[in-house]
Amino acid sequence: MENGGLMHTLAFFLLSGITLAAAMGVVFKQNLVHSAFLLAVTFLGVAGLYMTLQAEFMAAVQALVYSGAVAVLVVIGVMLTHREQMSRSNPPNKMLLVGALAALSVVGAIVWAILATPWKVGKGSVVTAGDIGRRFLTDFAPPFEAVALLLLAALIGAVVLFKGGKAQS
Amino acid sequence: MIGLSHYLLVGAALFGLGLFGLLTKRNLIAVLMSIELMLNSVNINLVAFSRYSATDAAAGQVFSLFIIAVAAAEVAVGLALAYAIYRGRDTVSVDEMNWLKW
Repeated sequence: MENGGLMHTLAFFLLSGITLAAAMGVVFKQNLVHSAFLLAVTFLGVAGLYMTLQAEFMAAVQALVYSGAVAVLVVIGVMLTHREQMSRSNPPNKMLLVGALAALSVVGAIVWAILATPWKVGKGSVVTAGDIGRRFLTDFAPPFEAVALLLLAALIGAVVLFKGGKAQS
Repeated sequence: MIGLSHYLLVGAALFGLGLFGLLTKRNLIAVLMSIELMLNSVNINLVAFSRYSATDAAAGQVFSLFIIAVAAAEVAVGLALAYAIYRGRDTVSVDEMNWLKW
């Protein structure tokens, strides 16, 4: 998508509107199942934002890993642990005012920093999947292997926790 | 004309929503969802920086791929923990998880 054109502007506002509206639904909905499905919509909106940034590989990974795997895992978690009354399954706690104040002050600080910083915007360049793969196999090879080990350890740990630690038939 | 700061503002708004949910949700799985929102906002920032103002453009996307992998590991372990607590204590409410308090 050409950067700075009318279509780019329209796509940006549409996709960020979808993303933020779905994220508000995730946070403010009282029904946990609605929150879980809106989470998948949020992830797809973020994937669209990556497309407007010309990061096609990131968009594909986002759609596959987040809205494909993570959202499904969250839905399974909701189904396995559901309480008797699903329509009131996602209530806020007593810290509503304190939480809102804390979140608003953090966002205020970030927005002030964004608007006050003179960003040095370069011409920018488009990254292809080939570039990312070459970096993974050259100078980012050690962290790449570490992440592979982390995923293995996390999956084995998740299986052990699910089974309950001791042998069951 | 959409520039770098537009994407950073969207990321900040998403981060704020995630932080609010993290602080105010009572259900453990809703807390995990809020953490996922915050991780996504960080990824938006990294990809936007890599697109607009980087001398090393591929590094930003490599970092956000690492973040995606860590987030996938985190949600798998987090949900397994939530299910283990639910099976043992019959609750997923964060307010009732205070057994370390005396």
